[in-house]
Amino acid sequence: MGALSSRTVEVMSPLLELQDVHTHFPLRDAWGRRTGWLRAVDGVSISVARGEVLGIVGESGCGKTTIGKTIAGIHRPSAGNILFDGHDISRLSPREGRVFRRGLQYCYQDPGASLDPHWRIGRSLAEPLVIHARLSAAERQIRVQNILAAVGLSEGHLSLYPHEISGGQQRRVGLARILMVQPGLVVLDEPTSGLDVSVQAIVLRLFLDLRERFGLTYLFISHDLAVVRLMAQRIAVMYLGRVVELGATEQIFTAPRHPYTQSLLASVPVAGGRRVSTDFVLEGEPPNPANKPTGCAFRTRCKRAEARCAEEEPLLRRLAGGLQVACHFAN
Amino acid sequence: MKRLLRDRSALFGLVIIVVLVLCAVFAGVLAPFPQDVTAYHLPRRLLGPNAVNYFGTDRMGADIFSRLLFGARLTILIAVIATSAAVLIGVPIGLVAGYYNNRFSDLLMRVSDVFLAVPQIVLAIAIAQTLGPAIQNVILALSITYWPFWARLVYAETRSVRNEVFIEAAVALGASPLRVMVLHVLPSIASSVIVRTTIGLGGTILVAAALGFLGLGPPPPTPEWGRMVAESREFLPQAWWYAAAPGLAILLVVMGFNLLGDGLRDALDPRLSRGNDGP
Amino acid sequence: MGPDLLAVRDVSVSFSTESGTAFVLDEVSLTLRRGEIMGLVGESGCGKTTLARTILGALPPNARVRGTAVMFEDRDLLTIDPGEAADEIRGRAITFVPQDPYSAFNPLFTVGDQIFELLRWKSPDRQPLEAGYSRARRQTDRDRALTLLRLVQLPDPERLLKKYPHELSGGQRQRLMIAMALLPEPRLVIADEPTTALDVTIQAQILMLLRKLAVERRVSVLLTTHDLGTAWEICDRVTVMYAGQAMETAPIDAFFHAPALPYTQLLLDSLPSGEAPLRGIPGDVPNLVAAPAGCRFHPRCPRATQICGAARPLSTQPRPGHWVRCHHGLLR
Repeated sequence: MGALSSRTVEVMSPLLELQDVHTHFPLRDAWGRRTGWLRAVDGVSISVARGEVLGIVGESGCGKTTIGKTIAGIHRPSAGNILFDGHDISRLSPREGRVFRRGLQYCYQDPGASLDPHWRIGRSLAEPLVIHARLSAAERQIRVQNILAAVGLSEGHLSLYPHEISGGQQRRVGLARILMVQPGLVVLDEPTSGLDVSVQAIVLRLFLDLRERFGLTYLFISHDLAVVRLMAQRIAVMYLGRVVELGATEQIFTAPRHPYTQSLLASVPVAGGRRVSTDFVLEGEPPNPANKPTGCAFRTRCKRAEARCAEEEPLLRRLAGGLQVACHFAN
Repeated sequence: MKRLLRDRSALFGLVIIVVLVLCAVFAGVLAPFPQDVTAYHLPRRLLGPNAVNYFGTDRMGADIFSRLLFGARLTILIAVIATSAAVLIGVPIGLVAGYYNNRFSDLLMRVSDVFLAVPQIVLAIAIAQTLGPAIQNVILALSITYWPFWARLVYAETRSVRNEVFIEAAVALGASPLRVMVLHVLPSIASSVIVRTTIGLGGTILVAAALGFLGLGPPPPTPEWGRMVAESREFLPQAWWYAAAPGLAILLVVMGFNLLGDGLRDALDPRLSRGNDGP
Repeated sequence: MGPDLLAVRDVSVSFSTESGTAFVLDEVSLTLRRGEIMGLVGESGCGKTTLARTILGALPPNARVRGTAVMFEDRDLLTIDPGEAADEIRGRAITFVPQDPYSAFNPLFTVGDQIFELLRWKSPDRQPLEAGYSRARRQTDRDRALTLLRLVQLPDPERLLKKYPHELSGGQRQRLMIAMALLPEPRLVIADEPTTALDVTIQAQILMLLRKLAVERRVSVLLTTHDLGTAWEICDRVTVMYAGQAMETAPIDAFFHAPALPYTQLLLDSLPSGEAPLRGIPGDVPNLVAAPAGCRFHPRCPRATQICGAARPLSTQPRPGHWVRCHHGLLR
């Protein structure tokens, strides 16, 4: 269990379900001809229960941001289905999708950047309501004020422009904007990346607070393992477009079964604890996602790789204890 | 705004334009010989600048100063209408082309390229020649040849703004393309369009004067500045004031728009790049 | 640890900006010994990068530097002749590893070209340039370059020399940066957030490499970072800065397990860990144009009293080798 997520997870049909989702981007040469595919998300099947916080971790190129954006509708999946609250939203036209997307919002790494610099904050905040809800101006105003208070800002901010408030306040406004339409699921993409640690703590508190207050479900995408450990109840570890391990947070952190997860956890510095760089052993760099190895994507760096790993791609299998691992050697 | 006013040359440009507008509006009052727009006094023809006729008289004996003032009306009319038309055609085309960036956009841009390939003045001459000398034909010719400038500018700007986070966020929020284009993209590129329009006004006047000079503008006795310069040709160099007065007027007005446009560009651009500091 | 290599004494730096004068560094003092790795930690706006730039002499033109001295070995970098500084110190005795491995390289030249250019001007052999770039010299340089590329564990060095910077990954670029920083055989390497832009598995490799090379070659390293974990990994001592003021300097273990400065303790408490509840530091970093008087952290400090805003605390040494500037330090 994530240490601070105390709300129990309701047992119902999942709020979000990904069924073998692929998102591929065409690679083009200088003449515009297609030379290949960048398989950013290459077959991901996970589900998110109502009210839970699912963490997605991985390093650059693993596809975690792409999957967040695919869920949010910014990218179209090349294959597979995305079911939100039972409805298939993967192939809807933008107009049809808009109705369902109300419940599914995407929060940028810097939510402040999602604000139009030419619009006053009050207007930016009201915009989601103008687009989606049928409220009168007065009702909109009330909703704006409520949410503003929930993120800890005052009414005085409504008439300001984004560049007139601090970065931290911009972040809050960006968050408030997402909450305007009362979403059920919020995709948080690297929400604390680049933040000072003292600010990070405050932002994480805010997320938890908002989750309590509005009954939100989070998809928490981050490369910062320490933060995800705190916030998520379940974690999916991604490598080159696939989920290599999936399970309860503490299980993953205390007894990971996939070699990549083990290396990943071993590389995280713990201030005041064991020094990782004295004995860290994962060599090499992640391969280019445009040029994935056959079979298991991790085999080029894995100590245990054998011939089988190049031929056969390991699938996610459930082990005793609940953990799901995609490795030929885990059992 | 304040920054603009601090810029001396921009201020100068603004003053010139204000004077131009005032001259046009109050031409009836300011002109000592308002009837000279059409009237003529042959005995007084080709007099040099004196106490009565500040800029002298032309070949019909009409007071040049008064004719200039009334000509200002024409100048503004042509400039404003032609430029507005060009903007109203070019900006939406550029906006849609830049936003969608598909084959249709390419088509639109190729069309505008075709127009741009021909020198504007040549094209304008061709059109005006075909349609005949009249003020509305001048305006038409100018609009048709000028819209691609705006289309191109707006296309490029839209394409770069299109990738900004706040645009993507608006799309993710569920905003329709029309909403995003008009309410988000357009305000972001507005400063470029404003600057271009200001300078464009000056350019339009210049081309209009050129057309008038070539005899393709409104027919005599309309006091169009370009035509006045053309008329003066046979009396040069003795009646130097005949060419100098309208020529100077054109020069000043175009310069005024250019200076103002430059000033606007300096004033509007840095404002947007100023960010904030803090966590 | 050897004698002092670098001693920054009471240096203040201000920038003139549109909205006023920003006092970016306020009487900062710091010493670095030979062969030691010192971490300069702090949050955004604390001045660590500015301090690094001041030592390097790479401040923008609107900066004003005042101070007692910046002693490097036996020379004062504040008063040194600029020509001598450019030739002897910058890029030779003191080198720099920047934060962003992407933009630090010229995209138009191959890796090899950029290394050789460095060696022409800053070769540790110190051959004068008038002697010309002879073939023999070129061969020596090439061998030296290949050796160092192998040392930083870059694969296939001969082929690498012909590649362009954009063809390398972030981790490879940073290794290259470190190699280039070590080529002139410096005594001090200033690394500005060297692993911030890298993935955590690559980060571990780079930190390991940096420490190994620094220890092997007896090079001192001044490492700036906002990530306490990074500092913990390879530093011998740590100095923490806040809003332009250096507030505590301590050996690594003392810093992390028994700090004297309340701000340090608050930072450590903010680190996400399973046990303690999540605590941040409420408030915002001050605007350096109108910074608080006295100790600049006092408006946000739970232990602050009136004296904290009235006068800047002097440096005290509650334990040997552990300095702090605080009126209400945690250690007595």
